[in-house]
Amino acid sequence: MNYLVLIKMVPDTVEEIELLPNGQGIDSSLTRYKLSDPDEHAIEQALILKEKHGGNITLLSLVAPEVDDVLFTAIAKGVDRAIKINIDQTNLTTTSVASVFSLYIKQSNLLSDPATLILTGSQASDDLDGELAPIIAENLSLPVLTVVSGVTLNQNLTQLVVFKEFSGGLRGEFELSLPCVLGLQSAESPPRYVPVSKVRNVMKSSKIENVELPDFQPSQMFQIEKLYKPEISTHAEMLEGNLEEVADKIASILSQKGII
Amino acid sequence: MNSSILVLIETQRGELVEISFECLSAARAIANSTNSKVIGLVLGKNAYQIATKLGSCDSVYWNELDGAELVPADIVAEALGMLIKNTNASTVLIGGTNNSLGLGSRLSAKTNIPFVNFAQKITPVDSDLVVTCRFLGGKILADVRLKGSKGIIVINSGAFAPDLGKTEGTPHCEKLDGLVSKPRITFKKFIQPAAGDIDITKMDVLVSIGRGIQNPDNIPLAEELAKLLNGAVSASRPVVDQGWLPLTRQVGKSGMTVKPKLYLALGISGAPEHWEGMKDSNMIIAVNTDANAPIFSFAHYGVVADIFDFIPVLKDAIQKHKK
Repeated sequence: MNYLVLIKMVPDTVEEIELLPNGQGIDSSLTRYKLSDPDEHAIEQALILKEKHGGNITLLSLVAPEVDDVLFTAIAKGVDRAIKINIDQTNLTTTSVASVFSLYIKQSNLLSDPATLILTGSQASDDLDGELAPIIAENLSLPVLTVVSGVTLNQNLTQLVVFKEFSGGLRGEFELSLPCVLGLQSAESPPRYVPVSKVRNVMKSSKIENVELPDFQPSQMFQIEKLYKPEISTHAEMLEGNLEEVADKIASILSQKGII
Repeated sequence: MNSSILVLIETQRGELVEISFECLSAARAIANSTNSKVIGLVLGKNAYQIATKLGSCDSVYWNELDGAELVPADIVAEALGMLIKNTNASTVLIGGTNNSLGLGSRLSAKTNIPFVNFAQKITPVDSDLVVTCRFLGGKILADVRLKGSKGIIVINSGAFAPDLGKTEGTPHCEKLDGLVSKPRITFKKFIQPAAGDIDITKMDVLVSIGRGIQNPDNIPLAEELAKLLNGAVSASRPVVDQGWLPLTRQVGKSGMTVKPKLYLALGISGAPEHWEGMKDSNMIIAVNTDANAPIFSFAHYGVVADIFDFIPVLKDAIQKHKK
């Protein structure tokens, strides 16, 4: 059984996102990047399936700030191979990132075994022009299901039972055959923790495979006129003062509204 | 521009999904200012009945697909592709639901029509459309130009007032035949959410926690505050994904939609996916260390503070007022 996990680094929305002065993109030198949350769940789901059914997990990424740490951490968790394709991801649209992955998977013959499951996050916060899973599926002519939060593999390693989230807690049960692509929303259990000391050891004992992909041509189907920050706080009345004063104001409001 | 705008009318278990009215509203606004037509597509159980009521469309194509409770994405993509070809539609609008996620991207990869996600506003400019997208957790806006108005657009829930999409009347309805794709995925059944310990949709007060709670050991702080307010603790996605609270406590796109009298958001940034689940709360009070957090743009009251400093002080103040 082979698991191919495709990951993307995204701007950390908890931190300030810095835009290029011309408004045409994000300044990746001043913006903090992190692994896209759902991608972390894709890695976890692969680890869970590997524990149950055996097999090999291959992680694929492009070049981005902090990505080496993410790859080493994944190896420390149990990922077998980490491959970094030498193309800068921060300048690319999601469609282009999908093209990179699709092209690499085809050229490296990573789909030769039908018992192969491609996992990635369901949606990334910067997926302005599309999501990875459906585009990869289209490029590789594979079936796809997204917003997945639960995967069971049968003993023959041919069929999957997959749960998809709708809204209001409603889920749907689906069946599909391998090979296929899944866009993970959340793994069956939360992403595992791995001690920093173990990651450090992995950095010494393992290596990331750096590969080239000379045939790749980036594409952009639309023109971004500008990126900008929304006007903040047009609605909330900001309560000012020291914490006691602010808390007292809130308590008064709640009292007036009959909540307390 | 005299080409048409194609709108996917999403259905689930024979019922129209509400966001479809927002799509229709957005489509109607473009159509009115560019003198183009709005074409609807409804598939699945009750499709015909739904089609006949869509007065904001000029025409609607429908197929009940033997009463399908959930229409396979392969068939939706085929039907949209067919209508793009046959009706000269240049713009396609799809609602940003979990059900439809990925559909627009696939259609784009198949047809080479540009795809734009997270649309918040659509403005016709000359023969183009400028789509304003709200992304990166609501922190950044992007103006994207679609040349010749050619594009597949997914709209954010809540971005367009649905009223314009709810015009009464019966449009021209036509059955869409010739759908041949065999879905490669089998839908088995829907699973209702397990009955939770507490039904957060029925609470008057929710103390809702986000990433800012930092670790599960801090959850009792929120629980004590909730108890004092006769409410319950709910959470945004990251807290539930970490397994710190059950799925039944999740507010947002995949989770519950809540409308309490008080929604106290502690350390929640207010990404659009979260907003979708709590926007109709009577009163929203947000506490966050980041003065630029998107939640302050839709909360009624805002406090810039560290929640760990603020919770004990707020508890004291509430206790004082209760006496």
